[in-house]
Parts: sequence; C-alpha cells; structure tokens
Amino acid sequence: MNKLNFLQPDKNNLNNYLYTGTILVALSIFIVFLNSFFNKDLISFLPGTLSFFLPLILGFIGLHLIRIEYSGLKFLDSINKHINTNNFNAFLSLLIVFVVIKSLPPLLSWFILDANIAGDSKDVCTGTGACWTYIKIWFNRFMYGMYPNAEQWRINLSFIALAFLGTIGFFATEKFKKYLTLYYVVIYPVIAFFFIFFFISGGPIFFDFSYGIIAAVISIIIGFFIPSKFKMYYFIIVPITLYILLKYVFFYEELIELGKLEALEWVETGAWGGLSLTFIVSFFCLIFCFPIGLFLSLGRRSDFPIIKYFSIGMIEFWRGVPLITVLFMSSVMFPMFLPEDMFIDKLVRVIIAISLFEAAYVAEVIRGGLQALPRGQYDAAKSLGMGYWKMHILVILPQALKLVIPGIANTFLALVKDTPLIFVVGLLEIVGMLNLAKTNPEWLGFAMEGYVFASVLFFIICYAMSKYSYNLEQKYKTER
Amino acid sequence: MNIKKILPQLLTLLVVILIFGFFSYNAQVNMENRGISFGYGFLSQESSFDVQFSLIEFDGSHSYFRAYLVGLLNTILVSVIGIIFATIIGVVVGIARLSNNYLINKTAAVYVEFFRNIPLLLQIFFWYFAALRALPLPQDTEPMFGVFFLTIKGFFVPAIIWNNLDIFIYSIIAAIISISFVRIYARKKQENEGIQTPVLSISIGLLLILPILSFLFGGVDASVEVPVIKQLSQSGFTFEGGIKLPPELISLALALSLYTATFIAECVRAGVQGVSKGQKEAAASIGLTPNQVLKLVVMPQALRIIIPPTTNQYLNLTKNSSLAAAIAYPDLVLVFAGTALMQTGRAIEIVSITMLTYLSLSISISIFMNWYNKKIAIKEK
Repeated sequence: MNKLNFLQPDKNNLNNYLYTGTILVALSIFIVFLNSFFNKDLISFLPGTLSFFLPLILGFIGLHLIRIEYSGLKFLDSINKHINTNNFNAFLSLLIVFVVIKSLPPLLSWFILDANIAGDSKDVCTGTGACWTYIKIWFNRFMYGMYPNAEQWRINLSFIALAFLGTIGFFATEKFKKYLTLYYVVIYPVIAFFFIFFFISGGPIFFDFSYGIIAAVISIIIGFFIPSKFKMYYFIIVPITLYILLKYVFFYEELIELGKLEALEWVETGAWGGLSLTFIVSFFCLIFCFPIGLFLSLGRRSDFPIIKYFSIGMIEFWRGVPLITVLFMSSVMFPMFLPEDMFIDKLVRVIIAISLFEAAYVAEVIRGGLQALPRGQYDAAKSLGMGYWKMHILVILPQALKLVIPGIANTFLALVKDTPLIFVVGLLEIVGMLNLAKTNPEWLGFAMEGYVFASVLFFIICYAMSKYSYNLEQKYKTER
Repeated sequence: MNIKKILPQLLTLLVVILIFGFFSYNAQVNMENRGISFGYGFLSQESSFDVQFSLIEFDGSHSYFRAYLVGLLNTILVSVIGIIFATIIGVVVGIARLSNNYLINKTAAVYVEFFRNIPLLLQIFFWYFAALRALPLPQDTEPMFGVFFLTIKGFFVPAIIWNNLDIFIYSIIAAIISISFVRIYARKKQENEGIQTPVLSISIGLLLILPILSFLFGGVDASVEVPVIKQLSQSGFTFEGGIKLPPELISLALALSLYTATFIAECVRAGVQGVSKGQKEAAASIGLTPNQVLKLVVMPQALRIIIPPTTNQYLNLTKNSSLAAAIAYPDLVLVFAGTALMQTGRAIEIVSITMLTYLSLSISISIFMNWYNKKIAIKEK
C-alpha cells in the first residue's frame, strides 16, 4: 500500500481518493439541497460563518481529491477536464452548482407551485406565487390591443394566411425555385400589405380589393405548377377570369344578400395593439427598410458625388440619433411639415420613421459585404460587358448579401426589439398594453407577471430568429 | 462629362430640393397660422417648470437653456454609470465565455442569450415597475454596512463633504502628469540601456503620495455625511443628508448596463478568439511566461479587435439612455423634448436641437474612432 498524500492525489491510490472525494462532494451538495428544498439545516450546530461556508469547503476538498489526471475512468476524466481543471475552476463550479440549487425552489414556487391560474378574478390569487390568472384574463388585450373582440378573427386569419403564403418556398419544386426571389421580394409583401391594410383595417374598400387578392393568391399558387411554356398566357388569363368568377358568379349574389361580406367594420389604427401590432410594425419595417438600405449602401459606394454625399448624409444622420427622438419627430415635428389639410395616419408615420432609421443600419451592414468582395469580381463582371445594374444584380449582390446574413439578421432583431418604443406616439403594442393593464385599478400589483410573460414571448421570438439566421448563415456559407 | 453621369445626379438633387422646399414651405405656413415665428430666442426665457433630479441647481425661474443643460447632464450621468458597469460585467462575462470550465461557460452563455434577446424597454420597465417596487419602505430598511440604505424611494448613500476640493483634484492631476513623464522616461531608458524601470509601483506610489500630501499640507479635509431617517408625517419617512440616487436612475443604469454588457461580452470574446493560436504558441516558444504572453502578445492584439465595436456599444448605450423618458428619469429627451416642448410648442426648434446634440456626440465619437483605428492599425511593410 502506497502512502496517501492528500495534498497531491495521484493514480496509485485512485480508489481511496475517489471514494473520499466523491463522498465529500456528494455530502456538500446534499447539505445545500436539503437546506434549499426542505428548509432543514443539517449543520446548524456549527457557528454561523462556518456553517455557511462548510458545504463550500467540503466540496472544494472533495473536488481537489478527485482531480487525478489520466485516471482511466472516462467519467472522472471528463469531469476533471470540464469543471475541475484547477482549484479556482473547482471553486467557481461549486459556487454555480450551489447557486442553482439554492435558487431553484423559490423560482419553482413562484412560477408553478404557488402560482394561480384558475378562476377569472383577482380574488383567486392568494398564494405567494405568480398570478397567471391576470395573464389569462388579459390575454386577448395583450395579443390584440383594443381591437374589437368580435373582429379578432380577421387578425388571426390574416396572420395564418400570411404564414402559409410565407412557407410556399419550402414546397416549390426545383423548377420554380428561381421565381422565389421575385415572389418573396415583390409579390409577397404586396399581398401582405393588402391583407393588413384592407382586411385588418377593414372599411368599404375591402370589398373590391378582396376579390383581386384572392384571385391573385390562388393564381400564384397554381402558377408554380404550370409549365413555363404557358406561363405568360396563364398569368394574363387566369387572374382576370378568377376575379370575374369570384365577383359575379360565386360570391357576389349570395353573400351580398346575406349581408355577410358587405363591408368589414373599419377599425382605426389607434385601436390596434398588442403582440399583433408588434408583428405588423416589424413586418412592414422589415420589408421597407431592406430595399431602402440596399439603395443607400449602393449610393454610398457610387461614383456620382451628389448621390454619394446624399447617401452618406442620410446614413450618418439616422445612425446618429436615438430612435425615440425619431419617433418624437414623426409625431410632433412631422405634422408641421405637411399641408394643413393633409393627414397621415399615426401608424404609417411610425412605420416610415422606423424603416428609415433601420435602413441606415442595414445600409452599413450591406456596405460591409460590398467592401469584402474582392475587386476581381467587379472587374470580371465589367469585362463580360455587364452594365452597373446587371453587374450588381447578377454578380455582386448575390455574393455580398450572402456574406452579410448574420449582420442583417442582427439588424432585424434590433428592429423587433425596438418596436415597443412606439408607445411614444401612443400606439400600444404588447409592452404598452402591459403598462396599461398594470394601472387598471382592478388588477393592481401584478406588474411582475406581465413583464415576465412579455419577456418570455420576446425571448422565444428573438432567440428563434437568431438561431434561424445562424442556420441560414451555415447554409449559404460558400468556401472561398 | 456625358449626360449619363449628370442626369441621375441632377434628378436626385431636384427631388431632394423639392421635398425640402415642400416641407419648409408647409412649415412656414403652419407656423404663420399658429402665430409663432421660427427662432431660438425662447431658450433664454423663463422655463417655469421643475425637475425632480438634477446635478445643477434648477427651478422654474431658470431659463430653457438651463433646462437643456440639466437634461444633458443627466443623460451623461446615466451613460457614464452605465458604461462603467457594462464594461465591468461585459469583460467578466466575456472572459467567462472563453473559460474551458463547462459550467462557467454555459452560465455566461445563458446570461448573454437571455438579456440580449429581451427588448431594453421591457427590461427598464421590469426593474422600475416590478423589481425595485418590491424594496422596503424607508422605515423598514435594514442598512447595508450601516451606511447604505436601499429603499423603494431610492438608494441613499453617504455623501463626502470636501474642504478645498480643488487642491485635491490638482494633486491628482499632478500625479497623472508626473506618471506620464515617468513612463516616457522608462521607455527611453529601456530603449537605450535595456534596463526596466518598475513603472507600476512608481505610478501607484505617486497616485497615493501626492493626494496624501494634499491632505497633510494642502488643507484638504473630507468628512462623511451619513443619511439619517426622518419622519415627515404619520407614515411618511425619508432620509436626510447623504446622496439620494432616485429609483429611476438605478433601474435605468441597471437595465442599460446589463443589456449592453451582453454585447460587450461578445466583443471581448470575439477579440480574444481573434488572436491566432500561432501568436500564443510563438510567444510561448520564445520563453515568455503565460502572464507575459497574455500581457505582451495576446492583449495588445485582442484590444485592437475589441475596442472599435465596444466604443460602438458605448455610443449605443448613450443613445439608448433616451429610453429614460419612459420611466420619467429627467434626461435630455424627457426634460427638453418632453416638458419644454409641451410648454413652448416649438416642435421644430426643440426636436432639432435634441437630434443635433445626439448627432454631434456620435459623429465626434466616430471621428475619434476613425483616428484611433488608423493609429493602431498594424502597419504592414
């Protein structure tokens, strides 16, 4: 039997060290576990400071004892490599484990065990935990704002339809992949625009447009499966026929008489709100800021001095000011710049303001991509006799945009996170609605639940977006 | 010059001029209708409103220009506090992200992902309306270390009352100047004779000795004023003396620094990872100790990558501090673009001044960054 040297554990007495160390670590974790989950203090007989630090000391010694290099045990080696490389690391690891064990019970009890979700009034919330009843009751408001309850199906239907139309790219066959860019860049935004402005907003204009939208959507979907030989005729004939059929044969007579589709109730934009408004604002800003940013970035690299300095001025101006002052400008200063009888809707002003603001950031991101391309690409394209636009559309932009996918995704993420700021002009999306609900005298004192709920929602949305952008980046990565 | 080159430029110019002309014409008409004339003369008028928290003396009898200064100083105050804490947290978390300890690494990653993906405004609201509202009332507060009081009404800390503060500041400035001379001297000596001077210990010594001398001989004197609880009414208590940090400032600084720290952490991580492995191996192979490798080889190169995006984050933090308006912290936007604008109705002037302030701040920082980048860029021969 070799001599045991506790200051320098070695492989010769592996089992002795291992058993002692494991017992010590397990004991320390057990003490903390009992203390935090069952509120029992095993070591309360010790003086105050010592009983506080004892688990830490025990675990520390234990981890020191099991720190044996090349022990041959796979599990032990991986522990030593990952959390127990030296004394300092062992100490921090223990600290983290203890903090997690300590903070689990209060969190669990607040979120689940002592929380209330049953019932439909404040009175059921008697526990010390969260009151999810509050979220349940206000859920509609957090999602749709002040949008009339009876009309909320319009928002749901539009979002479902748009989500469905957005996934078309995954189903398109190889043959029609080349039209996808056109579809996503031009057709889809237009459809979305019509949906939101004539369906969610409602009003009399809805009527004629709706047939046009339905006809266009159906014909585009079928269009993917039509041989390209007949495509031209198809896109001229089918939408018009569909439109006429829809208007005069299928729907017109019955529905008008039944009074069902006569006109959707007009809902002013001030009543829009909640998470759906977050989506609407970020969606529109996303569509608008990308092309504006693209043109600004091209303008900044242009050879024409006037265009160049104009672009630089635009970019630097919007990047230099905080969004909140831009929104202030759009709400108090911009109306001064318009003729007296001209009025632009609040929501439209906000969307224009945020789009211009984010466009400057998008422009800088895209400029980074343009600058990263080697000069040879430009020269090669020019030597093939391509003009400015042809060169950019066919050669430069496809490569540059691929490079800047992460940057653009980050900008879009920032955009989604910036939408709550529209409270400045009195539009209440989800964070604004939370603040409104918090001040309701019936429901005072539940601010925490509301903010936690919104944080979780935003976290899910933003985290999913950032993961998706990471996937895109990996997918489009081309080796150079 | 051919027409193809001039035409697009002329068209752009024309469109821009037309838009601006349209706007300014309408603005003139609108202002005439409302009976106000464009001008910045209102800045010297009496403001007649009060501000809750200001670094300089301010009340209703002061001018709008002073209101602007109050807002600007408050913005700078919260930005500086935020920048200091964001840097500390960011650097620690960034280094933790690089650790080969699985637990530390994952904890830092969870922190970064969590705080980065939640809107800043939501975080500010969370701290202000939910977390800080759970603090005790002044009369129930347990003091921390006997002198700090964290209450629902704010954070009360002891104030230091100085006599002859200016002499103390002069002594520190003198210490800094002499340290820079010592550094120049040390570098020259090392270049010429190869002898290293213990710069660090000399600097610390100077920084300690000169202020101590100012206490002993300069007539500088400091005393601490501890906040004391005081009853206002039956159930109303407050603290007197000391410095009061209002809850708005605390929640704003907390949210700003926790949020920005995630970005700084990523900058730090990217910077250290950006130094190629070969550099470290080369440094180790010529016999530098691990500490020397870090100090002389890795850090100078990593800082070159870290500093530019970090400065950008500082700028973002400063711009984000304008969210203060949401929780009524009297910053530039709330005091000037909010209250002053409502009182005077001079939308164009006030919004333009506010924007120009932020604009000049960010442009001067970006000019400085360009200069700095050029200075530190690796000069390849």
